[in-house]
Formats: sequence, structure tokens, C-alpha cells
Amino acid sequence: MRMNLTLRIWRQNGPTAQGRLVEYRVEDISPDISFLEMLDVLNENLAKKGEQSVAFDSDCREGICGMCSLVINGQAHGPERATATCQLHMRKFKDGDIITVEPFRAKAFPSVKDLVVDRSAFDRVLAAGGFISVNTGNAVDGNAVLISKDRAERAMDAAACIGCGACVAACPNASAMLFVSAKVSQYSLLPQGQPEREKRVLAMRKAMDAEGFGNCSNETECEAACPKEIKMSNIARLNREYLRATLLSE
Amino acid sequence: MKLDSKIPSGPVEKKWDKHRFDIKLVNPANKRKFEVLIVGTGLAGSSAAASLAELGYNVKVFCIQDSPRRAHSIAAQGGINAAKNYPNDGDSIWRLFYDTVKGGDFRSREANVYRLAQISNNIIDHCVALGVPFAREYGGTLANRSFGGAQVSRTFYARGQTGQQLLLGAYSALMRQVAAGQVKIFPRREMMDLILVDGAARGIICRNLVTGALESYCGDAVLLCTGGYGNVFYLSTNALASNVSATWRAHKKGALFANPCFTQIHPTCIPVSGGQQSKLTLMSESLRNDGRVWVPKKANDKRSPQAIPEAERDYYLERKYPNFGNLVPRDVASRNAKQVIDDGRGVGRTGLSVYLDFADAIKRMGLNVIREKYGNLFDMYRHITGEDPYQIPMRIYPAVHYAMGGLWVDYNLMTTITGLFCLGEANFSDHGANRLGASALMQGLADGYFIIPYTLGNYFAGSKLGKVETGHASFKEAEKAVSAGIQRLLAIKGKRTPADFHKELGALLWDKCGMSRNDKGLKELLAQIPQLREEFWKNVNVTGSGAEFNMTLERAGRVADYLEFAQLLAKDARERRESCGGHFREEYQTEDGEAKRDDNNFSHVAAWEFTGTEGEPILHKEPLEFENVHVAQRSYA
Repeated sequence: MRMNLTLRIWRQNGPTAQGRLVEYRVEDISPDISFLEMLDVLNENLAKKGEQSVAFDSDCREGICGMCSLVINGQAHGPERATATCQLHMRKFKDGDIITVEPFRAKAFPSVKDLVVDRSAFDRVLAAGGFISVNTGNAVDGNAVLISKDRAERAMDAAACIGCGACVAACPNASAMLFVSAKVSQYSLLPQGQPEREKRVLAMRKAMDAEGFGNCSNETECEAACPKEIKMSNIARLNREYLRATLLSE
Repeated sequence: MKLDSKIPSGPVEKKWDKHRFDIKLVNPANKRKFEVLIVGTGLAGSSAAASLAELGYNVKVFCIQDSPRRAHSIAAQGGINAAKNYPNDGDSIWRLFYDTVKGGDFRSREANVYRLAQISNNIIDHCVALGVPFAREYGGTLANRSFGGAQVSRTFYARGQTGQQLLLGAYSALMRQVAAGQVKIFPRREMMDLILVDGAARGIICRNLVTGALESYCGDAVLLCTGGYGNVFYLSTNALASNVSATWRAHKKGALFANPCFTQIHPTCIPVSGGQQSKLTLMSESLRNDGRVWVPKKANDKRSPQAIPEAERDYYLERKYPNFGNLVPRDVASRNAKQVIDDGRGVGRTGLSVYLDFADAIKRMGLNVIREKYGNLFDMYRHITGEDPYQIPMRIYPAVHYAMGGLWVDYNLMTTITGLFCLGEANFSDHGANRLGASALMQGLADGYFIIPYTLGNYFAGSKLGKVETGHASFKEAEKAVSAGIQRLLAIKGKRTPADFHKELGALLWDKCGMSRNDKGLKELLAQIPQLREEFWKNVNVTGSGAEFNMTLERAGRVADYLEFAQLLAKDARERRESCGGHFREEYQTEDGEAKRDDNNFSHVAAWEFTGTEGEPILHKEPLEFENVHVAQRSYA
């Protein structure tokens, strides 16, 4: 059944401008389309009236690039568990619903426009240590180092992070611990990550603090909002790794 | 213009080694004097940026997204091929080479494909070293699976997220170089034009997508790693921002565009649900390893799938291709789906899909095994369709996925513009007329990690490049022209949105230049596209201004380029009077409806030269010679 909806959307014309919620109506929405496609419909309607479209980020629209964001009715990526906004479909809503749409808010994610924020802090945190220092051409045979299936799977669980920032948006402290812990976990679980194990965790924690992300107080909101189901246990591992590295450092 | 592919002499298995020895080197201390501009940060762009920076070159990278990590390589699911032969099942570099040339329907260069197969093994090793968590066996060795059309298990994978893991690996190497000061990244930039100085590529003009400002960047070489043009069809599996603009604008500056009609329609995508849809989602074709494709034997059978008894189902791929069954190459699988749907035997509400049924596999292996193998794909399907594929068969339909065509490049990956290189999907590449599954990731990373570091050095060592700065007149002129183009779009103030034009163009192309093409349809299409283009420039409405974050303006610029590019795509399709790979011309088929190539007249790369938007492009042919692979009509029966 087609739906008519009321949207209350955060509009903000640039980083320093005053923002506000603006109400729009969309009609004849198919339940089979995604939330972002519903916003496309709104933008087409606005364009036809000569009004400026609502700016929002998206790219792959299949839940893997991490570009889409949005806080929908107070929840990062909306009401469906383990689902990015682009994979949230309108069948989760009903005719007549009033839906509030806001950006991912955090001190470390400054506003760009409307629903778009700047998440480049994540890139800088990864540049601080989210890598294994190996130049092209140095590698030994892929099977030279054996990695147990279980360990490879756990590394993959952590590596599945798409860097969307929902964990930060959901956290009352705007902490990036889940994001950082996913990368630290991936590499600390793998033998390839061992040579830089201590250096990495210290550098990434430091960069995270410098970007203005808050600390973790075990609210677990991040895990609930994560579209890729990255677990809080990664944060526990990050804390262990951090403690270990601190003790080992000179 | 004479096309020189610069393929080294000697036997195919020695060409790359010989070339690497013959090419000139840049002294380590001199590398830091060179500045490389890389547009696009997918597998090709990120791996090239990281590798070149490791060598000591100064690199600037530009991407359209808010972070290099979001490039659309990230969405590749199934895997990456390599000739490791770990499973001991008869694979070799030679076999991977042979399969890839055959899979491409004998429309690719032997020398390039052999090099690709050689390098494939280094890619796996390097990605493991970077910490890519490939799937492993219990003993700790790397796991392999067989993939679309291959009879050996040579595909490495990381669940259904192989592209993501490979891209994040390349991105991590890139970010390491950012921290080292060798790479500077410029996110949210769209390349608007290419700058030539004395006939060589020396810079680009970008639009800063946040502020709208036009920015000039200069360098000693430009690498376009900007992906494929599948979005010209409006609905495709590509990301929304994927576009043809960078390569098209380079084409207009003199880079020949090769084989634009070679587009790949992927057989296992989630079917179209309605008119408000913005994209199609691919389901990894690894699903075809265990799923069985079928439709009802009767036309217009509206019964639910469970109500259709075994005897009344047509497992058409298994019936027609008993040796390969559901694992036939993509083009064959797609075309057969179209055929049964054209016969009125399509399923689902729209009748535009076929079943991919896991009931037998679940019975044979148990629900848990299927969940472990395909869980994330099944979840994705459920999210999008609202149906549970563990209970009722999936419905699939082919969708535009990959572009085999792209900018023409020589063996060194250089286009016909001196100093302009093109890597990954954006070049016309190594896949001929049809790409095999798990070969795209291989090619992107081969180009970036292991080819360009050698061939770019050769270019620098052999060229005398004078100093160029962004104050140069050619930058100022181009900035002015780009700015005028933007103002022209904004000034039209017509009645239709850019997306509306895009939708109409896509529908035209899908109808007349999609899974199958014929002369009559292509002729009509070639008349319709200019009309639509003319209307666009009279009646498009771009709201907002050029000096701000403006998604409508971005879209309008890309659609304007599609409206020009589509013409070339259709022209190339009409000119190629044969059926091969992804290009099926209805006039050229065997008695049992299989594609019929014409090797006497079309065993060439069709490379097109731009002569003006309204002018007729000039066709240049690079003949393809096969010295190692036996050219035969492809048969999967």
C-alpha cells in the first residue's frame, strides 16, 4: 500500500548557519523503496517547485560504503537493527507517520550542510596507525603464515566496519571507541599486525582524543546502532591492548 | 592516428619480464621531484597512490566521496581470482590467462591478459601482508572457491565483502602514505576538466563539492582511476556518484574511447520493484554455485513457486548447458533469463524475474551451511524485498553492472594523450567483450600495485617535462570554460529535473542497447539521443547556485555527459555487426540462439576519436592477434 508521510527535516545552510527542522509532505510512497529513495522523491518534488534539494550523503546504496548517515526518529540509521539507512525500506513505516530526520551530531563531525557532516576525523585517526607498514613488493607467499579459521573469522568480524560514524552519533559521549576498536582488533588478532601492535593502539587512541571524540562509558548505544553489528567486545580488547601497550612502552 | 599498443616482442610469457628490464628507471633521489595526480580512490586509484608514494613520488589523490574508503570497489562481493593453484585442481597462470581470453570472447589483448594472470599471485600475497582477512581453512591456509564460469577453484574471498576488504587494505596503505606526507588527499572533489600543456596531461580542474569553488592542480602525470560508466543506464548496480564525466572529458581532450558498447549485464541482481527506485543491487554470483535457476514451463503461470511441481519447472540453464549448468558465464546467463521472460515465463509481480532456488541445497547441506556461506546475501535480499529466501526462492533479474569499455590504453596503461594514464575499470581493460567473475578486483589491483609503478617511471625517465604551474594560461582558460558551463546549466531554468532526463535516457538505452541489440533499434536510438540532449539543454531545471554544496548541479553535469557519451555507446554497438560477449546483436546468432562472432571483420578494438559534440566520431581499429589462444566459437554446452 502506498504511503503519505510527514517529514521533519534538519535544514542548515552551511557549517556556521543556524539550523532548524522544516516540515515537508511526501505522498504516494512505495513501501518497496529505501529511505533514501523516499528522500529522492522529496528532492524531485522540491526541484520541480524550484526549491533547493535537501543535502544528504549516500553512494553505494547497498549498505557497504558507509557514506549514508541520518538520525531517523532519534536513532542513527533508523529503527531497523543491523541496517544502514540506505537499506532501510519504507515498509518499516506506515501511512501517516511523522518522521524526524537529523544529521549525525558530534563535535568531531562538523556540519557541512543540511544532513551532511564532515567525518574526515575518521580518516585522520586511521592515518595515525590503522595500517600495517608493508610496501608493495615485500610480501611472502599468502600461505607462508597460517592463520586459524577462527582467528581469521574474528578479524573479519571486526574488519567489517564501514566507517559510517553511527557509533559516534549514537553515543552520548560522541565516542569513537567502537570504530577505533574495530581496526585495532582486526590487526591485533592477525599475525601480520604484531610488529606494530603497541605503537598502533597508542597512536590511534591519541589521535582519537585529539579529534575531540569522547570516551567510552559503556552505554552500548554504539553496538545497538552499528549497521554491521560490530561488538562491544572489541572495545574491551582495545582497552586491554591499550593497557598492555602502556605497560610495555618505555 | 596510428594506435601503437607498445606490446613488447617475444613469447607471451616473457613479455612483462622483458619489458620490466627494458624500461627506464627514475633515480630514487629524483622521484621526489615528480608530482602525480590520481583521480579516483577505488582499488586502482588507492593501490596506485600507495605504491607510487612508497617509491618516493609526490601524490595528490582526488575523490568524489567524503573519504577515499567509500569508492565503489567497496561493493564488490564475490572474490578475486589468482592462479595460485593451492587446491591442486589443475590451475596455472596459463589456464587463468586462457580462461580470461576465452571468457572475454576473444576481444582482449593476449599480452595484457597474460600479464594480469602472472601478477594475480603477487596481489594475493600483498593483500595478505596488508592484513586483509581472507577466508581460511581450518588448517590456517587460504580458502578458495570456484566462481562464475570457472572449472577450477581460484577465487579468494572475504565472506561476501571481498571488495570492501581489498579496498580497505589499499586505503590503509594509502593513509599510511598520507601520514608520511607523501600523499595529500582531496575528498569531495569532482574532476571537471583535464589540462594539457604542450600536448601532455599536466593538470586537472576540480570542483570543490562543498564550496563550489573551482580549483586547479598541476602535476607531471595524471592517472584516471574513475571506474565504469554503467550509470548511463540510470538503473545499474553502480553507486550513485559513479559516472563517466572524468573519462568523457579526457576523451574530449583527445583520449580515444575504446569499445564503449561492451557493457556487462550481471545475471543475479534483485529485480526492479517500481519507478521510485534509484539503483539495483547485485547478489554475488557465488549464489549460482548452489542455487538453481528456473521458471515455470508454462507461460503466464501465476502459481506460487511452491505450488509448481518439479515436472512443471524448467531449469533452463541446466537443460541447455549440462556441463556448466547454473555456472555459465554472465552474458550467457543474462541472455537466457531475458529469453524466458520474453517468452512470458517470468515470475514475480512484474513478471520480470526468474527464480534462484536454494531448496535443494538446503536439503543437501543443511540450513546452517547455507547460512554460513550466504548469510549476508540472504539478509540483504530480505532487507530489500521483504521476502525470506530460506523459505521461498529468490527472484533475480539481470542488471547493468560493469563496463568492459573505457579509455584506450597501451601496454603501459597510457591513453592516447601523453602523460594521461587510465587504470582499473575506467580503461578498456583486459576483459574483452565480457568479464569473468572475480576478475575486476584482480585487474584494478594489478594496474595499481604492480603495473603503473613500473610504467609511470618509464614515462618520467623518457620525457623532458618542463615546469608547469597553475598560473599557466591553459588552467585559467579551462577554469573559465568550466565556470561558463556551470552557469549555462544554471541559467536554463526549464521544467524537468536532471534525474528525470537521466531516467529517460536510461530507459532508452536499456530498451535498445541493453541485453540484446539490433540495427533497427540502434538506428532509432541514435536519432532519439540527440533529441533528448537538445531538450536537456533547453528544458533542464537546476536549482540552487554554483557556489555551494549542490547535489542537483552535480547530477546535471553528469547527465549532460551521459547524453553525449550514450551516443558513442550506441554508435559503437551499431558499428559492431557481430555478437560477442556482453554485446548481443540479434542479427548475428547461431541456429540455437547463441552469440555468433565475426572474427574476419571484428577481431579488433574499436577506439573512437572525438570530433565535436555534434560531429561524427572517427573509428580507429587496433587489430587483435591471437598467437597462443586457439580462437573458437565459445561453447558452454
